[in-house]
Amino acid sequence: MGSYILRRLVGSALVMLAVAALVFFMIRLVPGDPVAAMLADAGSEEAREALTRKLGLDQPLVVQFWKWFTGLLQGDLGVSIFGNNQPVSTILLEALPRTMSLAFLSFVIALVIAIPAGILSATRRNTATDATVSLFAFLGLSMPDFWLAILLIIVFAANLQWLPAIGYVPLSEGLWPWLSHLILPSIAIGTGFSAIIARMIRSSMLEVLRADYMRTAASKGLPMRVQMLRHAFPNALIPVVTVIGIAFALLISGAVVVENVFAIKGLGRVLIQGIQNRDYPVVQGAVLVVSAFFVLSNLVVDLLYAVIDPRIRYS
Amino acid sequence: MTDLPAKDLSEPDIRPAPSRLRASFARDRKAQVGLVILLAFLLVALLAPLIAPFDPNAMTLDMMSSPSLTHPLGTDDLGRDLLSRIIWGTQISLFVGVSTVALALILGVTLGVVAGYYGGWADMIIMRYIDLQWAFPNFIIAIYLVAVFGTGLLNVIVAIALAFLDDFARVARSMVLTLKEEQFVDAARVQGFSDLRIMFRHILPNALAPIIVQATVSVSYAILGEASLSFLGLGVRPDTPTWGLILADGRSFISQAWWLGVFPGLAIMLVVLAINFVGDALRDALDVRETGP
Repeated sequence: MGSYILRRLVGSALVMLAVAALVFFMIRLVPGDPVAAMLADAGSEEAREALTRKLGLDQPLVVQFWKWFTGLLQGDLGVSIFGNNQPVSTILLEALPRTMSLAFLSFVIALVIAIPAGILSATRRNTATDATVSLFAFLGLSMPDFWLAILLIIVFAANLQWLPAIGYVPLSEGLWPWLSHLILPSIAIGTGFSAIIARMIRSSMLEVLRADYMRTAASKGLPMRVQMLRHAFPNALIPVVTVIGIAFALLISGAVVVENVFAIKGLGRVLIQGIQNRDYPVVQGAVLVVSAFFVLSNLVVDLLYAVIDPRIRYS
Repeated sequence: MTDLPAKDLSEPDIRPAPSRLRASFARDRKAQVGLVILLAFLLVALLAPLIAPFDPNAMTLDMMSSPSLTHPLGTDDLGRDLLSRIIWGTQISLFVGVSTVALALILGVTLGVVAGYYGGWADMIIMRYIDLQWAFPNFIIAIYLVAVFGTGLLNVIVAIALAFLDDFARVARSMVLTLKEEQFVDAARVQGFSDLRIMFRHILPNALAPIIVQATVSVSYAILGEASLSFLGLGVRPDTPTWGLILADGRSFISQAWWLGVFPGLAIMLVVLAINFVGDALRDALDVRETGP
């Protein structure tokens, strides 16, 4: 187990290294001049040279990469070109808790919907309940998250005025202000996510319900509730955990779009604004942090997988 | 998620794929609904110039008027007819969906087949790249590529296609790995056929089922991806009405004009839902194991 964890840690570190290199080189190997793009047509010759030097683009590619990479290891991601030379790391550190809060709450909402829905549709297979859950799962999968976000704003913010339509308030200013700003965006992101998990729980439960130990549990005369919640559900969860890892991608992609609907200045909004401003250091940094978040969450899922399933032994 | 009537395991279904497909669609209500919706949207896309009641970009003084007989879905802040814009948007969405997947399929399947067939170094290099791409969420790759290439229809198609390429490469490779051990491949080799011919004329046709299922699902991802990019202002040119862009344009006015926030998204959802219905039926009919999203 220890060596497995070590191997996964080293593997993830290598992946992150490759990701960093890819992000760095892709933006530079593509034809086009970032300096010209950033200055638009307004830049004079001196301004061009100054910016080229500031970005270090006058140096050989390998030197640039080495500088960038050693900086990266020290947490230095360069400075934003747009605005007042703010370090990219500061911008991202400010954005990170917002995206994390959003991702966390979306995840909670997704599980709260998916677990009962999945169990219900599996235990009442081929009934009206099952069909309804299935239809809602299809709708959840097919609904663009940004559209759901807009619908939620129309209903709960614009008309009912129950919840704020935009912005973010840190947790330090109180639980409710924080929560009230995050509920709508989290539902927008979590719904699609819950559809995937509910479908997985259902098919995984159906598999488990056929197992011999379920027949044993039934013949012992255990109440249905105990059979389902103590015997079937924990075993059905095991394959679901792997899918949760893959579906983290959806959570992050969802956050990128939905943050922009609710004007929450998280990683996604920073990324999109960076692209609009052609602020390449910011774009580079944001993509890197988003991927790191993704790689790390997959790592956690893999390790969790080993913990919750005692049958799996990693040598 | 549909439960088909229990299959009789003692008697495998040996009918050819097309008739199995027909049989499975005939008893699957969702698949039928999906096909009808898709056909309807396809017709709308093809007939857009004929059926759109107004010029999608014509501005009028009839601004933000709610749905009425003249403007069944209302008008936007510039007095443009929402229905006409959504009808023209259908063309872009379907075109992007299909062409993106076609490109991703050609590139991804070629990489996957080559990696699986030759193994060794080719497999090593290709799969390391595919694994690396796996470390990014697909949509983030698409956003980054658009940031690098710039916006515009062609760039969006290429960006989304490259982002989805790894899915096809994985599916194709795993199919080739099993199929290349089959006797018909040995037979083809003995007859002296070239590697190229064996890969694409002998192995690939037998690997089509999971690739078709993957392609169907990917069309819905591609449509969602394009809509998301357009919504973020990273899609096609601002004067082209696409569903994502119409929603983005209408976003600031949704508190006064709900129709601007509702109908374009409804169009996206209906198409994606229809594709998911059909994809699910295809998966059942072609007996492809369900993989992750």
